[in-house]
Order: sequence, then C-alpha cells, then structure tokens
Amino acid sequence: MELEKFELGATPLKESAMKDGKVLTLHKKPNLKYAWDNGPAIDRYLAELKKGRIIARKCNKCRRIMIPPRMFCELCWRPTDEWVYVEDTGVVNTFSICYVNWDASRIKKGDKPHLPAVIEIDGASDGMGILHVLGEVEPDKVKIGMKVKAVWKKPEEREGAITDILYFKPMRG
Amino acid sequence: MREKVAIAGIGYTAFTSVSPGSSYRELTYEAAVKAYEEAGIEPKDVDSFVCTSEDMLEGYSISDEYCNDQLGAVLKPVQTIPGDFLHSLAVGVMHILTEKFDIVVVQALSKASNMKTIPEMVNFAMDPVLNRPLDITAYAVAGLEMNRFLEEGKATREQCATVVVKNKANALANPSAGYGARITVDHVLESEPVAEPVRLLDIAPYADGAVVVVLCAEKIAASLTDKPVWINGIGWSSDSPTLESRDWTDAVAVRLAGDMAYRMAGIRCPAKEIDLAEINDEISFKELQHLEALRLFEPGQAGRATEDGVTSPQGKLPVNVSGGGLGVGHLFECSGAQKVLELVLQLRGEAGARQVLGARVGLAQAWRGIPTTSAAVAILSA
Ligand SMILES: [Zn+2]
Repeated sequence: MELEKFELGATPLKESAMKDGKVLTLHKKPNLKYAWDNGPAIDRYLAELKKGRIIARKCNKCRRIMIPPRMFCELCWRPTDEWVYVEDTGVVNTFSICYVNWDASRIKKGDKPHLPAVIEIDGASDGMGILHVLGEVEPDKVKIGMKVKAVWKKPEEREGAITDILYFKPMRG
Repeated sequence: MREKVAIAGIGYTAFTSVSPGSSYRELTYEAAVKAYEEAGIEPKDVDSFVCTSEDMLEGYSISDEYCNDQLGAVLKPVQTIPGDFLHSLAVGVMHILTEKFDIVVVQALSKASNMKTIPEMVNFAMDPVLNRPLDITAYAVAGLEMNRFLEEGKATREQCATVVVKNKANALANPSAGYGARITVDHVLESEPVAEPVRLLDIAPYADGAVVVVLCAEKIAASLTDKPVWINGIGWSSDSPTLESRDWTDAVAVRLAGDMAYRMAGIRCPAKEIDLAEINDEISFKELQHLEALRLFEPGQAGRATEDGVTSPQGKLPVNVSGGGLGVGHLFECSGAQKVLELVLQLRGEAGARQVLGARVGLAQAWRGIPTTSAAVAILSA
C-alpha cells in the first residue's frame, strides 16, 4: 500500500520518510510457528485427498453427510457415526473474481484473476462443500449452479493437503 | 438477596506434554461432553457460553470464531475472553448475577504443544519500540523480578527451590498431571541457568489440556447437581504494563484481585478462612510472592512456611496439592481452569489419593504469565 495516496487531513507520514530513515523505523520479523494437530477427522480427510478421494463423516441422527469431516456433529452434539466417500464433482454455490492476491496486492497486468468458489460436493448433504478455486474457465463464464469436477495433482506429487486438488473445472454438457 | 452461582458440572482432559491424537476441537469436545454429562444438560439448555482464547497462541486471527462447534454453541450467545480462564469465569458469574441467564458454560484450552516458537510469541508481548529492540528474552522479566524479590529478603533462593520440590512431588499423586517428579532443592539450584536467578527447573513446563465448567443460578442448582460447589467471590486486576516502572517486588494486582474476591465472599481473615489454595507458580518464586499478596502469609513468611511444610498437602494451608503449574504444566489461558478443577474435586471430596481432609473453602489464583501483571482470583466453597 502506498501511504502517499491517502489524504489524512494532517501532515501525512510518507512512505519515503521511512525509507530515508527520517522517522524511527524498527524491523522485526515475527517467527511464529505452529504445528496444529489435525485430529482424526481432518487427518483422514487429508490422507484420502492424497489418494485422490474425498471422504466425509455421517451423523446418523440428523443424517447429514459432512465435509470437511468432523468427529462430532456440532448441531446434534454427539459423535459422528461413519466414514462415507463422496464424489469429486459438485455445483458452484458461490464464487468471486479476485483481482488482488491473498495479501491484497494487485495481480500483475495480464495475469488471470483468482476464482475462489464454494463447491457443494455431490454425495454430501446440501450446503456441504469445499472452498477451493476454479480453473480452465474464463471469469465471465463462471455461473452459480455450474457443475464442476476436481482436477487433481499427479499421484506422485500429492502430499495430503487441500492443494492436492489443483482446482475445479467446468464439466462438459 | 443476591443470586448465588454454583458449579454444577466440570469436565477435563488429562494434562499432557503433547496430545497428537486430538485437535483443539476434540480436546474441548471431550471436556464439554463430560461437563454436560455431570450436570445432566445438553447444549440447548445453555443460555450463554464464555470461551478463553488468545489469537497469537492459537495461531488464528480472531480465534474466538473457532470456539463454537466443539461446545455445541453454534448459533447461541457466545463470547470469548483473551485472558485467563478465571477472567472468563468472572464473566460467566456476572451473566448469572444479571438473573437473565440460568446456565452458563465457561471453557479454556491449551494446545501449547502446537506452538513451536513460544519464547518468540512471549517476546511479542513486550513493547515494540522500547523493549523488543534490546533483543532480550521475555524470561528476563522473571529474572529481574525474582532478583528484586530475593534482594528484598522476601525469601531465600533455596526456599524458592523448595516450591518446585513440593509441587512436583504433589503432582505424583495427581493422575492428570504431566510433570510429577521426586527431586531435591539441589536439582533445582544446579539446573541450567535461564535468566538468573531463574533456572530451568524454576519454570513450569508447557502442557496441553482442556477444561469446561457448567455454571448455574442457585435457584436451579438442586435440579442439576447434588454436590454444588459455590463461587463465593471473584476478582481481577491488572497493573501497568510498563517494565520501566512497575513494582518489581510485590504482586500488587494479585493483592487487589484477591481483596476484590474476599470482599465479595465476605472473607475478613484469609489466612484463617481459606483451607487450601491453588496458586500460580509459573516461576517458582511466584508462588511465594502470590501467597503473600493474597494475605495468606505475612510479608517474607511464605518461604519459611514452605520449608516448614505449612503448604504441603498435610500442612495447615495446602498449596498446589494438584502439582500446580510446576507439576501439572503451564496451560496458558487454561491455567486458572486447572486450579478451579482441583478445588472442585477437593471440595466435593473426589480428589482421591491427594484429598485434603476437611477442605471447605478454596482459593484459585491466576496470573497471565510473563511479562504481564494481570491476575484473577476465585473463592470456592462446598
Ligand atoms: Zn447430527
């Protein structure tokens, strides 16, 4: 962000003042490292992604088939009951066309915008989906309700991560 | 007549150095299931939830958002306190005292094993302009304070080490504690120097765990439990954050938090009226400093009393029978919850091998740890 572009109504601090050392500037990079234990549900979810499959958990009380899977049903307040494989296809519930990167820096001129989307997965309960990105599609062709399918990394490149799916692409027909 | 607040159920996990089989979600879920089971309630019966969570420790911005599912608190009134569990407990108590809430759930969790750069996270609690550029460890704050404490003749170095010996031995009788050991004063004094006079064994080692408590109003307590534990008093206080001019000898905020809790509980002579205390001992000398701040011992007497066994499980005022932070582990935001848990078990007569006979009134005290001055105190009775 360029501070120069902001009218602050007083004498603004200019980015150049920091660069030139005209104001006290302290640099300290936080070294914050976490190693989150995923727990049995997300562990299995990721292990199955590595195999090119999507797995869900079913609650036998509300009968929801849930992804991402969870060991307890947050609505019924009881442990979930079984593992269920679901499809790697689904329907776009909602999407956005992003001209800025994750850190809100502007994408380079000529680069394609990012296309994050919530995809309701076939075989899971209504409203249950995966937040991912769309690919092999022009931004102006994306529609809510569009059928899409996962495009996977090559098996030898998968590492048990949500990025083992490269993106979802439109299904023909 | 003011409404009284009861603890109608409590659930907890073991306190362990690691917990790889569970995420933070399953840890809290385990504690919550047990707490609700004890009180015979379901989430739908709960009027409000109070969670305890600190973003930098969890590694999530706005980590409060991640508290709900595992408590059954989805689409219910929830709020999160970035403090110790005892601060959250105070909020829960206030909810019930408004008489608009009958059942309130309070939660805290530590996943310390998932935090891989704890000293650097703690360093970020220091002032970025005045303190951090000096590149000194946050443990220095404990060293500075302990040095002044010793200089003022509040206790001897050996007496501080005796706290470690006692608490680690106490932990051996607590099946939930992770750091029980039989050690000597010399082990402590000869352990690696960290920020002198603080040595490695003076510092509570980190632990994981979760605690969930069900609070209820007096009018429904009998319908939820036949062994209520009452919260008679609760108080909290914080000093100035400045390292340049804080009181380096006495824990003033702990004194004020204690006085606030005593007033509410109608306690005039703490040393006579408190049967046992769970005190923050994150660094060995803090137990002595905190005991004196809470008026449980005269200034400069807690160290001698500890040597004489007054604070041992068989003594006149058992302190940290559970093992405290030194024996159970440093649980970050969950630290105060482990103390409340111990009091609940003791006051109900369910503490097993470490049961303190005739325990009727207990005190739990929390401190938010280096480099803070924030404290909270709760007084519980059977
Ligand atoms: Zn369900």
